[in-house]
Amino acid sequence: MDKSLVEKIKANPSYNELVTKRSAFAWKLTITMLVIYYAFILFIAFSPETLGASLSGGMTTVGIPVGIAIIIFSFAITGFYVKRANSEFDDLVNNVKRDIEKEIK
Amino acid sequence: MLKIVTLLSLMAISLFAAGADLGAGTKAEELNVPAIVMFIIFVLATLGITYWASQRTKSASDFYTAGGGITGTQNGTAIAGDFMSAASFLGITGMVYLKGYDGLIFSIGFLVGWPIILFMISEQLRNLGKYTFADVTSYRLKQKPVRILSAYGSISVVILYLIAQMVGSGKLIEILFGLDYEYAVILVGFLMIAYVAFGGMLATTWVQIIKAILLLSGTTFMSIMVMAQFGFSFESLFVAATEVHSKGESIMTPGGLVSDPISAISLGIALMFGTAGLPHILMRFFTVSDAKEARKSVFVATGLIGYFYILTFIMGFGAIVLVLGDTSGVGGVSQYWDAATNTLKGQNNMAAVWLAHAVGGDYFLGFISAVAFATILAVVSGLTLAGASAISHDLYANAFAKEGEKVDEEKEMQVSKYATIAIGIAAIIFGIAFEQQNIAFVVALAFTIAASANFPVLFMSIFWKKLTTRGAVMGGYIGLASALILVILGPVVWTQILGMGEAIVPYKFPAVFSVPLAFAAIWYFSITDKSEDAQKCIDAFDAQDIRCQTGIGADSAVQH
Repeated sequence: MDKSLVEKIKANPSYNELVTKRSAFAWKLTITMLVIYYAFILFIAFSPETLGASLSGGMTTVGIPVGIAIIIFSFAITGFYVKRANSEFDDLVNNVKRDIEKEIK
Repeated sequence: MLKIVTLLSLMAISLFAAGADLGAGTKAEELNVPAIVMFIIFVLATLGITYWASQRTKSASDFYTAGGGITGTQNGTAIAGDFMSAASFLGITGMVYLKGYDGLIFSIGFLVGWPIILFMISEQLRNLGKYTFADVTSYRLKQKPVRILSAYGSISVVILYLIAQMVGSGKLIEILFGLDYEYAVILVGFLMIAYVAFGGMLATTWVQIIKAILLLSGTTFMSIMVMAQFGFSFESLFVAATEVHSKGESIMTPGGLVSDPISAISLGIALMFGTAGLPHILMRFFTVSDAKEARKSVFVATGLIGYFYILTFIMGFGAIVLVLGDTSGVGGVSQYWDAATNTLKGQNNMAAVWLAHAVGGDYFLGFISAVAFATILAVVSGLTLAGASAISHDLYANAFAKEGEKVDEEKEMQVSKYATIAIGIAAIIFGIAFEQQNIAFVVALAFTIAASANFPVLFMSIFWKKLTTRGAVMGGYIGLASALILVILGPVVWTQILGMGEAIVPYKFPAVFSVPLAFAAIWYFSITDKSEDAQKCIDAFDAQDIRCQTGIGADSAVQH
């Protein structure tokens, strides 16, 4: 990729929108995932009895639905990202590609 | 090729026959006929696939990445297959069986790395790389030193992981099929060489997909059978389990698995970022056509892996009630109990296998045994391919190639096949040599190296503009060395293996220290690097970032 093309793409509004929006979105989701996981780990380390408390008087403990929920959440959050990336982000990528092709011609 | 396939299948059958003869006189278990029949069917089918794949594997791109023609769903299933190794299937079910809730903690740690890989690594890898993750780390840095670093990182992780799989598989096959340990290791070694050398990534992927489907069907069936016994009520399952288990109600709470906060966090880091540094997993992102398919791969993989871990939890509790609590043996004790060792027959890792027998009888036991064997074969093949690619693509074709000279593709493929054979033979030798060793540390070490040496360099090369060659190389080696030293000084190697008394470093997973150290070293040696090369690396970032963000230029594979 030559220097002038790099500069052109860097000046492209769709490209800038893509970079800003996607990186903000990706970091937000990453931090959400890290917070949930490390909150879980810290409960295990400092307060296992919280997760070990009975859920509703029976043998099932609070930790069971919490654990299963983290697994389901991990899947859901990937789906959430993929959905937005497939529509919004891919559209922006296509805009950039189209603009560049026009410029080259 | 056809001749070789026939020869190999004959060899497989004769090895079982040899194992049977020896088995009669030795301590090996009795021959498991339905398991062997089903396993031979699997081997013949996969060798058939290998033959089919070999007809389609002509270029280097075919060999390393199946020509980029794998779909997102197929790739996601294969990634899930790589992750659902025998260690997860038997190990985590065994851990739930032994410790209850603690088993679930491990599963969650293995899973939560996946969303992060999706948000930060998967599309970027697809857009920047070609065959190996070193393509990405060396994209704008000096090829030679960075490729050598990444190749070291890949090969160490691959060899350690292979040792763990080989030793585990040898033991497992000895119990399941009544085949002697050495024969089992040799059989696994030869089959994986055949899959990889002849069928490349295409065969490796399809073997992995078939195995993933078999494993998911088998474990789904087992879980349904378990839940059906308890009227599909978790509460009744847990009540029954706490009545049978010697630890009683404490199996429902987090226990001694992660005793102190530092160990807990360190384990979390190793599992989460280690996954993002495993070469055989990263390589799979080059087998799909574009970023969109790469995304879809992670979505499918996360769903399948998450589902599988929920099943292992049900199976572990099911095993407590139906295997440990079985009363059909002599004198009302469990028929799966070995009175001589006072453990489960073949130890705790066999919980899932005996559960298969408890819910489905001899034939289902045979099916699950064959699936467990297939799992090992598929995972070691993926590992071998990743190791061979690091040798042929990173070292031979790039790092050691003469400046400015393009290496002949045919030659490179030839080297990759020799590398496959060499890794296969090394795996057999190590597998036999390590038979009596505690291999738990080997897995800990593989994950710690992946998290400390591979992941930081990969992450920084994608996201940090000011990264320089010196920073990457120093950071990578410091991560690698600190991971090695801390594991050696840790409780498993220092105390258990070397018998040197109290460990100098009290943590089994030292990732909490080695990962930040690697990042800090990358940062420090980059910002203090004022060389001409450093400026070149920084200047090249914008072009790299554009390709990384948009995939422009990625479709036509770039020759380095």
